[in-house]
Amino acid sequence: MTLNIIELKNVCKYFGEHKALIDMNFYVRRNEFVTLLGPSGCGKTTTLRLIGGFEHPTSGEILFEDTNIADLPPYKRKVNTVFQKYALFPHMDVYDNIAFGLKVKKMNKSLIDKKVKEMLSLVNLKGFEKRSIDSLSGGQQQRIAIARALINEPDVLLLDEPLGALDLKLRKGMQIELKRIQQRLGITFIFVTHDQEEALTMSDKIIVMKDGRLQQIGTPEDIYNEPENAFVADFIGESTIVDGIMHEDFLVEFAGCKFRCVDKGFGKKENVDVVIRPEDIKVVGSDEGMLVGMVQSVIFKGVHYEMIVKSGNHLFKIHSTKMAPVGKQVGLIIEPNDIHIMKKERVKDEE
Amino acid sequence: MKNKLIAYPYIVWMILFIVIPILLVLSYSVTYKSDTGLAFTLQHYKRFFDPLYINVLIHSMNLALISTLICLVLGYPMAMIIAKAPVRHRNMMVLFFVIPMWMNFLLRTYSWMSLLERSGLINKLLKLLQLPTLNIMYTNVAVVLGMVYNFLPFMVLPIYSVLVKIDKSLIEAAQDLGANESEVFLKITLPLSLPGVISGFIMVFMPAITTFVISRLLGGGQFTLIGNLIEQQFLSAGDWNFGSAISILMLILILLSSLVMSKYGKDKEGVGLW
Repeated sequence: MTLNIIELKNVCKYFGEHKALIDMNFYVRRNEFVTLLGPSGCGKTTTLRLIGGFEHPTSGEILFEDTNIADLPPYKRKVNTVFQKYALFPHMDVYDNIAFGLKVKKMNKSLIDKKVKEMLSLVNLKGFEKRSIDSLSGGQQQRIAIARALINEPDVLLLDEPLGALDLKLRKGMQIELKRIQQRLGITFIFVTHDQEEALTMSDKIIVMKDGRLQQIGTPEDIYNEPENAFVADFIGESTIVDGIMHEDFLVEFAGCKFRCVDKGFGKKENVDVVIRPEDIKVVGSDEGMLVGMVQSVIFKGVHYEMIVKSGNHLFKIHSTKMAPVGKQVGLIIEPNDIHIMKKERVKDEE
Repeated sequence: MKNKLIAYPYIVWMILFIVIPILLVLSYSVTYKSDTGLAFTLQHYKRFFDPLYINVLIHSMNLALISTLICLVLGYPMAMIIAKAPVRHRNMMVLFFVIPMWMNFLLRTYSWMSLLERSGLINKLLKLLQLPTLNIMYTNVAVVLGMVYNFLPFMVLPIYSVLVKIDKSLIEAAQDLGANESEVFLKITLPLSLPGVISGFIMVFMPAITTFVISRLLGGGQFTLIGNLIEQQFLSAGDWNFGSAISILMLILILLSSLVMSKYGKDKEGVGLW
């Protein structure tokens, strides 16, 4: 038996002319919390639906413990789904909703009773058995949907933007709770979201997607600190992206100034994207900086100030706990470690 | 204030053509002409409980029930097929169902007569194929056939409109939880479509139990149904009082059965009449 519980190999999915997924390849390890992350329309939900069995790939293989399940109907798969809008059955009470999967399996009544009780206590909704679905709040419906899926003891739980409809505070709470449930039960979670913060908070591994294509796979730290291209850098966290020229290994020029950096292996005078995180730019006196610019705007964000500084024709976004007033000349310092160089995406490659 | 104003025409209409006629029918049903003018009586109602008339009622209910059940058995799968069709085909399919209803009801029933007659189209075709001929004209079968034909759309449309509204993700959720196609149907689709079934049932059963045209044309007057009985009282027997009493009894019967049905359905949606 391999470590990979789910593996996608060269999976493509077309809806008529529309290419929803192009050559997806990734694997999910047992007990991993994996997040599919990307803007809407990037194919992340389609990927989840392929694993759930609601869609079948146009080409490629979906392996479940090394067996191709691409053409298996949903009810024969050992995965369960928590749907975006919960999809709780409105004509059943909470008990019948949660018990649905076990009743279909014809499990005996007292065992079902016991398991439903366990599930309700797992999601902190003890005593809700007889409640109707309409009488529950969004957060409670969410928990019931999770309980209904988990009671079947799936090997993999698929979650399609399950927290999308909840307000911010509830969402934060549910993030922690989901993570707790996942660790306690030791079930593999595949989670779909467009919220990068949610992805960073919860995941063991993040799969970033855009326009049906895979962009980067890695741990939250990898994805944040070492984004592979400008899209990932921009999508995960905030950043300033400027055009630059790579003069030689470890030397890049942008905003009219040459900088030491830690990247190498580019062609001579190659045009590159330079990505800098806002918290990595230090604001100093105008005579001490590597770049000099004028503060354009300042917004107080709570933990820090967000400033936009214009240097030459470039705007740099900066997060700093110290505020410089609008109109002031400041110097900017960027450490070699904090300069991320990325190959320009060639437009020709796209199609 | 404005809302009240625009409701007036309808209120006037309702009083003139619904409330007053019902009151008239009611008053006919409880009065008789005595020497001194009109007098109150319940004898018309009493008269109806004669086995002769009760049998007519039972017979009518039987035929209406059979027709309604056949409509349900034919209509439900039809509604499902339409609801599952791609959106761009759906309207076309519904249209095909509705187009016959745009043709005059009498005309349609007459055309069934010419189809079913001893020397009608169907029998000519059967003869041509050397098959035994069909003699169902002027039987219960013909009456039921006529009812099913005429009232089927009233069963299909309400079921269809409830089925299309069922959230597809509920079906997917059930599949996801291990239900195969027949389990999904029995546990999800069918219970969720019950409001449509109930309103379809009422919408077919009501005209079926009161029809007199279909039974007269296709039943040939041999099989008196409750509708024919009422018609006779008014047009040939001239006993308006008895005719009114039967009408009121039917009204109560339909009211009660609709109430029971909608209560059973308990869902607020779909049961169009209440």
